[in-house]
Amino acid sequence: MTESTHSNCKSLLGSLSDYVDGELGAELCREIEKHIAECDDCRIVVDTTRKTVDLVHASNHPQAGLPDEVRDRLFKRLNLADYLKPPAQ
Amino acid sequence: MIETTSQADISLEALRTGDHAEFARLVDAYSAPIYRLGLRMLGNEQDAEDVLQNTFLSALTHLSNFEGRSSVLTWLYRIAVNESLMVMRRGKSEVNVDDTESSDETIEDLSPSQFVDWGALPEDELLSAEGKQALDHAIQKLPENLRMVFLLRDIQELSIKDTAEALGLTESNVKVRLLRARLSLREQLSIYYGERINQEKTND
Repeated sequence: MTESTHSNCKSLLGSLSDYVDGELGAELCREIEKHIAECDDCRIVVDTTRKTVDLVHASNHPQAGLPDEVRDRLFKRLNLADYLKPPAQ
Repeated sequence: MIETTSQADISLEALRTGDHAEFARLVDAYSAPIYRLGLRMLGNEQDAEDVLQNTFLSALTHLSNFEGRSSVLTWLYRIAVNESLMVMRRGKSEVNVDDTESSDETIEDLSPSQFVDWGALPEDELLSAEGKQALDHAIQKLPENLRMVFLLRDIQELSIKDTAEALGLTESNVKVRLLRARLSLREQLSIYYGERINQEKTND
């Protein structure tokens, strides 16, 4: 990491979310990639932030459905008990 | 397990005319994500069920006010967020009316302090039961206003625009809070995996 590039670290942080979400323009992406090739701390922050978001998504699937008894009580509370047949497949 | 029906399948017109069968379909389409949000937000099943029931009761009452500018699901999330906040503040002697801290709106003070390079650890280690627990714990530790943004965007996978709409925030506000939440989780996971890496080195 050199002094001249280190001043960019802060500005990189502001674009980090968009970058890991793939929503950053090509030019800014190139700037980030150029910077992290030279700044190891920033490369680690970018890599581990992306990994953090990936882990959140991965641990979130498959998504659980509603427990049957919770559905039963919900339908009764909403006066929809007549419609309490199993959900259509 | 109930599959989520796409929004196009639900007729707003039928809902507004009080069609019970259509409302039942709406409930089946969207109750699971609303329940999951409550669980993540409040951390227990009883409160999550209260939020779920109150959300749909409120939706039933206010259907005529729903203009269809946002998606039905975003609208339901908005109600669920408000219901969750009410549960969170229940019993709290001091209710913080303005929960927006000035530091939420800027990223000036953000400065990562953990530089452990754990991104290359194998998937099965990152997604071990213990790893998932560390992640859940880190999410629970996020301050309320960051957690809500994070849950809607990264757990419920809403767009930035829909997250902003559901929370009544601007999109730039959502982006700042999302970044703060993600960086905070990254710091905590870095500490956790840093310890794991050190342990492995010690054992070698």
